[in-house]
Amino acid sequence: MTTPPAARPPEIHKEPSMLLQKNMLADYFTRVSKAREEGKKIAYTFVPGNLTELLHAFDVVPVYPEINALQNGMRKRSAKFILDAEKIGHSEDVCTYVKADLGMLLNGNVGPTGEIIPEPDILLLSYTGCFTFMKWFEILKQHYPKAEVVMLQVPYQGEGTPTPAMREYIVRQLRESVIPAFERISGHRFEEDRLREQLRRSAEAEEGLVFALQSARRRPSPIDAYFGGVYYIGPMFTAFRGTPECVDYYDTLREEIQNRIDAHAGPITPEGPMAEEKYRLIVEGPPNWTHFREFWKLFYDEGAVVVASTYTKVGGLYDQGFRHNPDDPLGTLADYCMGCYTNLNLPTRVELIEKYIRDFEADGFLINSIKSCNSFSSGQLLILRELERRTGKPGGFFESDLVDPRYFSAANIKNRLESYLQMLDQRRSQAVA
Amino acid sequence: MTRLRPTVAEIVEQTLALYEDLDFSYVRAWKSKSTSRRAVGFMPVYMPREIIHAAGMLPVGVMGGGDRLDIIKGDAYFQSYLCHIPRSTIELALSHRLDSLDGMVFPSICDVIRNLSGMWKLLFPEKMARYLDFPQNFDPALGGRFYRQELESLRSALSELNALPPQDSALTHSICLFNKNRRLVKALYDLRASKPWLVPTYEAYLLLRAGNILDVEEHTQLLEDYLVRVESEPRKPMDNIRVIVVGSFCEQPPLGLILTLERAGCYIVDDDFVLASRWITADISKTGDPLEALVEAYLKNSTFHSSKFEGSTPKWRHLIEQVKARQADGVVFAAPSFCDPALLDQPQYEKGLEEAGIAHTTFKYAENTGQFQNIREQIGTFSDSLKLWSEAP
Repeated sequence: MTTPPAARPPEIHKEPSMLLQKNMLADYFTRVSKAREEGKKIAYTFVPGNLTELLHAFDVVPVYPEINALQNGMRKRSAKFILDAEKIGHSEDVCTYVKADLGMLLNGNVGPTGEIIPEPDILLLSYTGCFTFMKWFEILKQHYPKAEVVMLQVPYQGEGTPTPAMREYIVRQLRESVIPAFERISGHRFEEDRLREQLRRSAEAEEGLVFALQSARRRPSPIDAYFGGVYYIGPMFTAFRGTPECVDYYDTLREEIQNRIDAHAGPITPEGPMAEEKYRLIVEGPPNWTHFREFWKLFYDEGAVVVASTYTKVGGLYDQGFRHNPDDPLGTLADYCMGCYTNLNLPTRVELIEKYIRDFEADGFLINSIKSCNSFSSGQLLILRELERRTGKPGGFFESDLVDPRYFSAANIKNRLESYLQMLDQRRSQAVA
Repeated sequence: MTRLRPTVAEIVEQTLALYEDLDFSYVRAWKSKSTSRRAVGFMPVYMPREIIHAAGMLPVGVMGGGDRLDIIKGDAYFQSYLCHIPRSTIELALSHRLDSLDGMVFPSICDVIRNLSGMWKLLFPEKMARYLDFPQNFDPALGGRFYRQELESLRSALSELNALPPQDSALTHSICLFNKNRRLVKALYDLRASKPWLVPTYEAYLLLRAGNILDVEEHTQLLEDYLVRVESEPRKPMDNIRVIVVGSFCEQPPLGLILTLERAGCYIVDDDFVLASRWITADISKTGDPLEALVEAYLKNSTFHSSKFEGSTPKWRHLIEQVKARQADGVVFAAPSFCDPALLDQPQYEKGLEEAGIAHTTFKYAENTGQFQNIREQIGTFSDSLKLWSEAP
């Protein structure tokens, strides 16, 4: 008896911008793996409050452990890494990005694309909106004793607004601590004009990202601002900001979205153009990466489109007007760092989501509460209550994790989402009656 | 007339009553003496209490509800995977037990306490709620300057509470009072390390917790009384091992857990409980600019801790120094569940201790843990193994 051929998985639908980004990422990981051969220095750093333009100005190659962890999560590699980190004593209670990163290190530091990620020359700890970042690099420092750790402390906006003193503190750290360290390690003198050039391109690309995010105000929304949104923020939040490639990416994305707007079409999902837009939602919190497509499918199968999300603001609130300013290179980096979403206090986060609910004419909002991420998660149940009180819109609540598949339960989330959407239907029918 | 010192038993009784009083009656009584009096709470780990005191206010350490508070509303605000102290603190506030506090300060320690500052703003908009950032850059010109600005900002917020301008002379006076208090806390810890049979941690802990509530001068008197009285207590050494407890700096272990460690054969010769009273390790300068003195003390004379960045030195170096200084036989890692600062540091500490050949054991708890039998067995085994099989001195 012959075995019937296995059914081919359905082909994933990819837009030109996605293909472009895929190639950019592949090239990037190759560039990282070959950095040593090319005599380049490597800095590990974090996404929120990243100083990518500054690193490029020194010709230093940035590596983002969070991105490695999430890419490994999407490629189903993180489960083993997390277990390996737990085997050497890391608690099941703590951030799984950290454990996935350590697990990758313990397994030869082979990156998501199968290429080795070299050791860092510098650990640039941009301590922005997440306490765990600090611990993470203390741990990495023990594994990479030769790497220099440079701390950039970004004050939290506890009172809701950045103060001149906070800005000055960041600028002085950049000038007196971070830049001298990069000069020493890279062997290049700091050239402000080079940084300005990067920042000018950043601002140009930022316009493109904002165009994409704001397009979701339309009906139907031509984008999904959460599941699709994580692709749209990719180049901006990571190694590409400030580069010509980044500008090109956002030009391509803009064209693609404009075409959908002209065609009155909805978002593109992995299974092709989305059908009717039935529900417009706002999502707070990061996505789950290990079951990303499955998670997304739960939404688009129901006709639910996310029209704005907070996760797409962890690397900057461009949609609220911030642009990198080449005329004030260090000051603008300070402003950027302080404005990242998880550096905002809870009342400001509530105000922002409330604004999204109104501006994007959302039917409701959902919170994906991530076990790993106290910075996001702590306080979310109050955010839920507060938003319901202020807007009268219903909120829904899921729990999952970033890259630990043990904490993703598709059945639970499906049940909750379906119940939530049924509630929206009932409200609509009551409103009509 | 000579003041009669209270006995150790009386001091323990008084401090236990303060510890168990979840209504903060002492604070209410203190405030009732004048309508102008204000009280300001603060969360772990460290708070420059001098600033609150100098503003004519009572600094009140709030360390959650422990194991004596039923959580009725607090659980509705926090997911199951977050630590316990924020939910019991919210419970205290929602049940009006913190009504006597005119404000709360949330010092930088972790993202949960940080976000709690914002929750406070949303839930209790009529109260002052401040997040206090600490410098992670220890250069006086950078981190020091930033910290000074943070303290100035806090000082201004406090002065709005009672409409009194901040005064440097008052701050210097407060620094002197807290210096004396810290010296006595240090004496208590040194005495416990040298004669642990004389100072059970159960008692030392209650004394420290009393310092969270009492006016500093009253607490200082209590410490003096205890240190004098306890010397004549008829207590005899036991065959216990000497351990340092690490990881319990924020959410506190229940008192029963501390007793369990002692009953399982351990002398606790150092710990990180109630660190606010011991964060600064030397006298703060009483000359010159008092705000600058507080800044300098933080930068140069603050204890090692999980919430402080250690960029280049191995995390475990300070702990090993502490083990040696206290002549400890081992380390007990006792961290609250889901405590990021403690749990992320733990593997690093363990690695360092293993390389140094220092025994250690680990368990997790919550402030409302009610069953200690398994911990008693674990710690008893740890203690026995060190007593029976470690090399003779």
